Amino acid sequence: MRYLPLTDVDRTQMREAIGVADFAALYADVPSELLLEAPLDLPRAKSEIEVERLLSAMAKRNLSAASAPFFIGAGAYRHHIPASVDHLIQRSEFLTSYTPYQPEISQGTLQYLFEFQTQVAMLTGMEIANASMYDGSTACAEAALMAHRITKRRKAILSGGLHPHYADVLRTISHFAGDEIVALAPDVRAREDIASAIDDSVSCVILQTPDVFGNLRDLAPIAEACHRHGALLVAVFTEAVSLGLLKSPGEMGADITVGEGQSLGNPLSFGGPYLGLFATRQSHLRQTPGRLIGETVDADGRRGYVVTLSAREQHIRRDKATSNICTNSNLCALAFSIHLSLLGEAGLRRLARANHASAVDLVDRLASVAGVETLNESFFNEFTLRVPGDAARLVEAMAEQGVLAGVPVSRLLPDAGLDDLLIVASTEVDTVEDREAFVAAMRGAL
Amino acid sequence: MSGERYTKDHDFVRVEDDVAIVGITDFAQSQLGDIVFVELPSPGRRVAKGEQLATIESVKAASEIYAPISGEVVAINDRLESSPDLVNKEPLGEGWLLTLRVDDASELEDLMDEDAYRAFLESEG
Amino acid sequence: MLDHPKDFSFETFSGNRGLDQEEPPIFEIGRTDTSGVDIEEPAHLEPRLGALERKGPIGLPGLSEPEAMRHYVRLSRKNYSIDAGLYPLGSCTMKHNPRLNEKIARLAGFADLHPLQPQSTAQGALALMEELSRWLLTLTGMSAIALSPKAGAHGELCGLMAIESALAARGEAQTRKVVLIPQSAHGTNPASAALLGFQPRVIEAGADGVVSEEAVAKALGPDVAAIMLTNPNTCGLFERNIVAIARRVHEAGGYFYCDGANFNAIAGVARPGDMGVDAMHLNLHKTFSTPHGGGGPGSGPVVFSERLAPFAPVPFLLREGETLRLVEHGDGAQSFGRLTAFHGQFGTFVRALAYILSHGADGLAQASRDAVLSANYLRVALRDVMTQPFGDRLCMHEVLFDDSFLEGTGVSTLDFAKAMIDEGYHPMTIYFPLVVHGAMLIEPTESESKRSLDLFVATMRDLIASAKRGETRRFTEAPRHAPRRRLDETAAARKPVLRWSAS
Repeated sequence: MRYLPLTDVDRTQMREAIGVADFAALYADVPSELLLEAPLDLPRAKSEIEVERLLSAMAKRNLSAASAPFFIGAGAYRHHIPASVDHLIQRSEFLTSYTPYQPEISQGTLQYLFEFQTQVAMLTGMEIANASMYDGSTACAEAALMAHRITKRRKAILSGGLHPHYADVLRTISHFAGDEIVALAPDVRAREDIASAIDDSVSCVILQTPDVFGNLRDLAPIAEACHRHGALLVAVFTEAVSLGLLKSPGEMGADITVGEGQSLGNPLSFGGPYLGLFATRQSHLRQTPGRLIGETVDADGRRGYVVTLSAREQHIRRDKATSNICTNSNLCALAFSIHLSLLGEAGLRRLARANHASAVDLVDRLASVAGVETLNESFFNEFTLRVPGDAARLVEAMAEQGVLAGVPVSRLLPDAGLDDLLIVASTEVDTVEDREAFVAAMRGAL
Repeated sequence: MSGERYTKDHDFVRVEDDVAIVGITDFAQSQLGDIVFVELPSPGRRVAKGEQLATIESVKAASEIYAPISGEVVAINDRLESSPDLVNKEPLGEGWLLTLRVDDASELEDLMDEDAYRAFLESEG
Repeated sequence: MLDHPKDFSFETFSGNRGLDQEEPPIFEIGRTDTSGVDIEEPAHLEPRLGALERKGPIGLPGLSEPEAMRHYVRLSRKNYSIDAGLYPLGSCTMKHNPRLNEKIARLAGFADLHPLQPQSTAQGALALMEELSRWLLTLTGMSAIALSPKAGAHGELCGLMAIESALAARGEAQTRKVVLIPQSAHGTNPASAALLGFQPRVIEAGADGVVSEEAVAKALGPDVAAIMLTNPNTCGLFERNIVAIARRVHEAGGYFYCDGANFNAIAGVARPGDMGVDAMHLNLHKTFSTPHGGGGPGSGPVVFSERLAPFAPVPFLLREGETLRLVEHGDGAQSFGRLTAFHGQFGTFVRALAYILSHGADGLAQASRDAVLSANYLRVALRDVMTQPFGDRLCMHEVLFDDSFLEGTGVSTLDFAKAMIDEGYHPMTIYFPLVVHGAMLIEPTESESKRSLDLFVATMRDLIASAKRGETRRFTEAPRHAPRRRLDETAAARKPVLRWSAS
């Protein structure tokens, strides 16, 4: 087996040194009735060629985004990833290191996480950010739990524009933690009245912008309403690139901002691994979940970085920890950070404008398709269409023509009676030809 | 009654006028190592003896402080927010944690005096 | 003795020391108008942003591609890695990360696949998830699987949620609120239990380092929902009373959650399903070598017994003839709901399956046996100079020592670990598990050659002899040869600086 350096001669010598006759003796602590007598009914070892052949065949059975005009978003977005990003994250020292528990030999990881925290804080307009979480949806659930700890209340109001998966994750956690959720009805046109739902029993409002239907939301009036009642505003985003063009959540008064960071540096990868972004105000530092990196000096007075404030974390606090989370999404955070360093502010703004322009162009082209209506007054790179008939069936029909058209709302909300709605995203990778193909395929399928 | 009284958790109580000053002993601070953060309750909170009162964090540990006696929190040591190291430097002096209005002075009788505490420390080895 | 490091470390003008080059944060080298990505400015654009367009600056620095390359390559060289040396972090399982796995995960058919594209266009991805499930279920001898948990701790939540749902179905969710957890458990166990409103109740292990049937029996009662047990445990020992413990827990109406962080000791050798386990997470990033990446992403699929299978979260896979269907909504069934957006860490599923297929059932068993063999080899090679807290006995894939061998030397466990850094090794896990004073937990994994193990032993023996000879400065001033000497963690925590700012 190519990954195992020990030879049979080594093994014999080592067994002799230990004083065990065979492998069964090595496992003497395992009750003998538990040791498998025969090998499991599973295939035996394979060469690289064989594994590659098998798995490539599986990969070929999928219609990849690269091979078709592609317009799917709703929480995960296809963007161009510079070649250097993927090269750098595969450096041995990044890929094959562990959590930076020994700071003297982990300054690489610690410094890029410190840079990452700063970038996320800048981008969201917040004061501090952690070193990333599993993904946007779990970061969102952590934000609700944090708001409950801060306000000592247990009721969260969910906007009807929140990604339904995020709402589902919140429902699950709240159910088991014994917290209350008030989920507003799906709000396709961003017309819900959140403010009147807030009272002094509310811990936080969870509001997404751009929302799952692509609408842009002004957080400021909701933040104000929250603060009047001693509640917090949790701002959510699933498209990090939008922050290059839109007012930041911090600027609009958010107390905690969480989001999905996949858009920068990370491939779609059928849903994961992604990275959760988590930012908040300095005053909430002690209630912040997840890993935090801080700047300090070494014994010679040289600048360096360490994992800090870990007394909040599970390996010390155990059942009193701010969260049970042990891992962050480190390598994804690195990819995010490299991509953002390459873009810089100027590049990010251009990238955001290119995305918006692409979506605007598609919306304009769709105006000529009879029976199809764009529902959004405002949007970034994603919008919702009302189509004649069933959107899921339309998507399947367009897929047969080689166009991946979007996400039918029924896939996310099967019981909402919104079967004629389709969420469509268009990013900088789409060409004019792709958008023409979209319009043609849609005409054909209708 | 004057002087400090001690608990087996290495907290001290010193009654001045009608309030009790609460903190941790020199032994406790030396065991915790460099203290980086002290979380204190809000003044006005009522606590029963044995209830969790405060949390002291060092770099690698978090240690709960339990109320040595019952009472109402009168004041907290605000300076610890910016200078938690005072607990290391002067645990019985400037590094005090908070003051309590004592509910029942007889609870103080259950605590150790200085001699008893010293003997307790020795017996703990 | 070496001279004080200040005599040589600060002597260069640049602060660089040969290949060890200093690198300031991007905020000190980048500019907001620089970009390493060429993007065409849209020709004309009438924004549809309402009044929500950003007006002010963000402050994000940009780097050209060569500058970015240099920045990150320089940073990378300040990290230790398994590719560069033995990484004996007990409980973390730092084994070789095959690059085939990375290559496969980057195939367009996997990497460039959207989680919400029509399932008819992603049947290959679903087939991969089905194949991985088959392997994991067969290896563990369990009935059902939830692939979606994002890491071990997320898997713990998943398992405990299924347990609470099963209790609720029996009408006992309100009365059974206690979870038994040994003192030696990972911190995530009590943290996960507490998050869901359970009260952790500590059970003590015996003098032999394992939990006895009697200790569990004594702690059981009508208020107990479950036991959380790591097996092999964090002391590197197999919980040999596990079958009797499971029976006791079941008889008392509770469930058995197994923390599978250490499954790599027994994969292909024994099955948790035969031990009475009801739910267990598998750390794909440990046992199946999807890389750690400096601390994540992890991946923590959970396997379930038949009793808990109906309560598994969405999404889950259903085979309908030739077609695979991912069920994404509960549809009123008993599933406890959704744990995360989308379907879990698919990219790690690809890597784990590539690893598993490469090894095969025979190779996985051999890897487990080699891991146990190597840990015991280190144990016997060091037992005369180090001290074993639970007596001289066989261990599993990791060997636990305590610090009594350092008594009277003036060298602490931490000092000893830092001196290992100067010798070119990543230290073992120290001060964990908490039940052992000055714990040193060494996990060599199956990836080390005998030559590598022998070199490690020789180095450790030299360090120990040096400590006993009183050469304390070799330890208390270590590390001297790392990119940084010891860092002031107290200052970092007292006045947290969590982001860069112009000063």
